[in-house]
Amino acid sequence: MLNSMISINITRFMLLVLAQVWILNNVNLLGYINPMIYVLFLYWYPMRQNRSVFILTSFALGFVIDIFSDTMAIHAISCMTLAYIRPLLLRFCYGNNYEFQGFSYTNTTRLQRITFIILLVVIHHLIFFSLEILSFSHFVIILKKVLFTSGISLFLCLLISSLFAKPS
Amino acid sequence: MQRIINFILSRRNTFLYLLLLFIGMMLTVQSHSYHQSKYFNSANWVSGQFYSISGGIGAYFDLKGENEKLQEENRRLRELLGTLEEVDSLQLAEDLRVYEYISARVNKNSITSYRNYLTINRGAAHGIEEDMAVITPLGVLGIIENTSQNFATVQSVLNDRSSINAIIKGTDQFGSLRWDGEDFTRVQLYDIPKLVPIKKSDTIMTGGMSSIFPPNIPIGVVVDYKLPKETSFYEIEVQLFNDMSNVRNVYVIRNNQREEILNLQAQTEDVE
Repeated sequence: MLNSMISINITRFMLLVLAQVWILNNVNLLGYINPMIYVLFLYWYPMRQNRSVFILTSFALGFVIDIFSDTMAIHAISCMTLAYIRPLLLRFCYGNNYEFQGFSYTNTTRLQRITFIILLVVIHHLIFFSLEILSFSHFVIILKKVLFTSGISLFLCLLISSLFAKPS
Repeated sequence: MQRIINFILSRRNTFLYLLLLFIGMMLTVQSHSYHQSKYFNSANWVSGQFYSISGGIGAYFDLKGENEKLQEENRRLRELLGTLEEVDSLQLAEDLRVYEYISARVNKNSITSYRNYLTINRGAAHGIEEDMAVITPLGVLGIIENTSQNFATVQSVLNDRSSINAIIKGTDQFGSLRWDGEDFTRVQLYDIPKLVPIKKSDTIMTGGMSSIFPPNIPIGVVVDYKLPKETSFYEIEVQLFNDMSNVRNVYVIRNNQREEILNLQAQTEDVE
């Protein structure tokens, strides 16, 4: 059981990295939109596992993508921050339910799941683009990028998360 | 002591987070102030090999277009050759040649980021070093930033740290070419004094003031310009000749006199 969970997550890790650096980094929609869907890793990651391992894994995920896209540690920081605050977001979306033994996304309403993914994507993109530009004089560009890229990323994330949802 | 350890243990996730945040911030901020990190870039062995494969696949898809571009360049060069009245049979000695060209292929390109980098399939083993110029058959592309044994990363002109010495064709006044991060087909030229006559569709080329780019390499055309009231310098919008989203075959230019120039400049500054 535990082994299968680890291997599933490792496979997911690699597939998401490949999808990001091979396909999504080359989308260049309208010249500046490259969606980022690897936040789905944080959405799918099992609930009651060691948090330190979770934070480290997220950092690694971001950092591998960073190396491939020459972005220093921006992906790593935003991905890890998201992993760190995930319990907060879970509590916000699902109340205290998520701490129970039998919690799974299949028992939750669609609205809750969508809210959760929206929060993950928007917070991630906000941190990512702020760090990428790292200057408040370009506030409008940051907002523009966050808005449009989040839109496309959200669409893809919702699509993929519903495609690969476990049948209840 | 026991209490401190307990405190740290009970908050180990927060401490872990802060530690990783600190490491990440160090890498990021350091790169903002000066250069990309020496070790964590896409020229390293693993990602270099990876992009070498994906770049090799990608190269097949635009073979036709690339061939046409290269043929067009050949035609232009042949025309130039024809205008030289007779080809001099005297060969320049190796060490007298100022600029040397090394051909390379782009394996990875990016245009959406605020700091864009490319990865090419030539590295230190082929004589490539930091701060060499990179051009395409159509115009300027960027400057070498990091090298590994077989690969190198290029700081694209679409990078807010990029600053290239440029002139308007036919004049001597030079300005610096930068990018505001908005549109990947356009860059901006600053510091051209207002006494320079300028009109739309003027050609912008590299000036001879840098030890990196040879003079007179085309960059783009003026599509718009304005003269802010409070300054005496133009702000010029330049449309690049290169389609930055589609570059494949490039040349790296080595300036054999660069070291001498830099040494001389360093000496002069020391005296001051």
